[in-house]
Amino acid sequence: MHRRRLIVLAVLFVASAVAYMTIGARGNWGFVLEFRGAKLAALCLVAVALSTSTVLFQTITQNRILTPSIMGFDELFVLIVAMGVFVFGMTDYLVVTSWIQFGVSLVLMTGASLLLFGTLLLQERPDLMRMILTGLVLTVLFRSLRTLLVRMLDPNEFSVVQVSSYARFHQIETGLLAIAAVTIGAALVGAWAMRHRLDVLSLGREAAINLGEDVRRGTLQVLVLIGILVSVATALVGPTAFLGLLVVSIAHAVTPTGRHAVLLVSAALISGTTLVGGQALLERVFGLVTPLTVVIDLAGGVLFLVLVMKGLKR
Amino acid sequence: MISVMGVSHDLGGSTVLHDIDLEIPKGKVTALIGPNGAGKSTLLSLIARLARHRTGRIMVDELEVGVCASNTLARRLAILPQSSEIAPRLTIEELVAFGRYPHHLGRPGKHDREKIAEAMTLFDLDPLTQRTLDTVSGGQRQRALLAMIFAQDTDYMLLDEPLNNLDIAASRSLMALLQRLAREHARTVVIVLHDINYACAYADHIVTMKGGKIGPQGDAETLVDGKLMHEVFETDAVVHRIGGRTFVAV
Repeated sequence: MHRRRLIVLAVLFVASAVAYMTIGARGNWGFVLEFRGAKLAALCLVAVALSTSTVLFQTITQNRILTPSIMGFDELFVLIVAMGVFVFGMTDYLVVTSWIQFGVSLVLMTGASLLLFGTLLLQERPDLMRMILTGLVLTVLFRSLRTLLVRMLDPNEFSVVQVSSYARFHQIETGLLAIAAVTIGAALVGAWAMRHRLDVLSLGREAAINLGEDVRRGTLQVLVLIGILVSVATALVGPTAFLGLLVVSIAHAVTPTGRHAVLLVSAALISGTTLVGGQALLERVFGLVTPLTVVIDLAGGVLFLVLVMKGLKR
Repeated sequence: MISVMGVSHDLGGSTVLHDIDLEIPKGKVTALIGPNGAGKSTLLSLIARLARHRTGRIMVDELEVGVCASNTLARRLAILPQSSEIAPRLTIEELVAFGRYPHHLGRPGKHDREKIAEAMTLFDLDPLTQRTLDTVSGGQRQRALLAMIFAQDTDYMLLDEPLNNLDIAASRSLMALLQRLAREHARTVVIVLHDINYACAYADHIVTMKGGKIGPQGDAETLVDGKLMHEVFETDAVVHRIGGRTFVAV
């Protein structure tokens, strides 16, 4: 049904990728392509991880305002990283340079999100305003705990945590590209395999049970996927407040459908175009005067307020 | 047959169902009636595994609720809960198509599409296929939800106050349709009704509930009289019998 729109989105995405690779490139092409290629791959991974985790979260919560970032998932990951630095006390702790550290953070993150958000989502009727407030409180809580930990660190360790606490699209941890690609790839396969079940889960608890879906099991599985996707994306570029909300809202407007087979693809393409195209513009054309995060958070923040106001009115 | 054996249920610390024993006959329209808060909806949602029962057993034919696979039960029994808040941006056709999900798990075939078309026609939804749920009236929305349950093609259909939002014409045609499903297709319909006159007119079997317990049951002619109205509903409504049919004056 939405095939033509998906093709247009795909063309836009490829165009922005080509622009990112070629604009302002001078000198040795081999070097340019390799250097930019790694960053492009990282941007794409982050884009698809964020859009997918947002779609998944909105499906199991049946609303279009909340996203993992708003609920504090990525702050939770940064807190776990800070705890890692604090406990192991490595001066050169680069978030995820080693596979073991990354694996431990990932497991901790998944467990913590299952515990925290699983109990929240599996209540009989979690209402929207309570979820938003819980998200705010959790975000502030995680951030305060991190600040507390950071105060007890020595300056070198402090700088490591500080770098991972803010979104940065121009300075990506390309060192973890391989493991990030594998992990995100696995989570995406999982999400895609669930696409029909997600359609049913998005109908709400009672309708989903009537159609024979185990809502509890589905919710927990989706939370694991979200935990993985958010961890890897945050490890690569740091917390991204409103990007997920922005791109998924656009996806709902461009391809209005309840079918996740369409929605997941459309959101991923829009997310990729926004990140890669936006980064190409700001990095190459405007020479990094304004970081992309500022633009995205401004647009996404305004959208969030509008959606909340509309939700309150209804 | 649906058998409820020794089922009790608590909600928020108070007991809403006390040791319920009930058998609902197969191939008939059974109406559950009773005052507000009698536990009718709770009983229905326990039978349809929307909530877990702590004590007792519920059997739907040979399937035990809460033990058998949820998907197996979804092909045997469907429920339309009261006021189901369902994704408002779905089109009517998409919603009805979900009824087939338990059978095809995401890959609809020719037979599924036929069933969907049949349900759309039966519930008079053909002019509305591409409308989204938030743009249709309450009655049309209710018909779409009913069509989804119908497309699910189950032996048992549990309906919790389906006449809400329906005018008298739509109510009568729905009740007549349910009656036909029971008589011609041997479907079992269990329906919570607020209006006792609809129960008298269309149900083969009436079960009364009060205070979380099962009251007297039977068919309209032998069951419903002034004494029952007083005992179950605590009101002194007069019951008339005209031409072999039972009417409660309101």
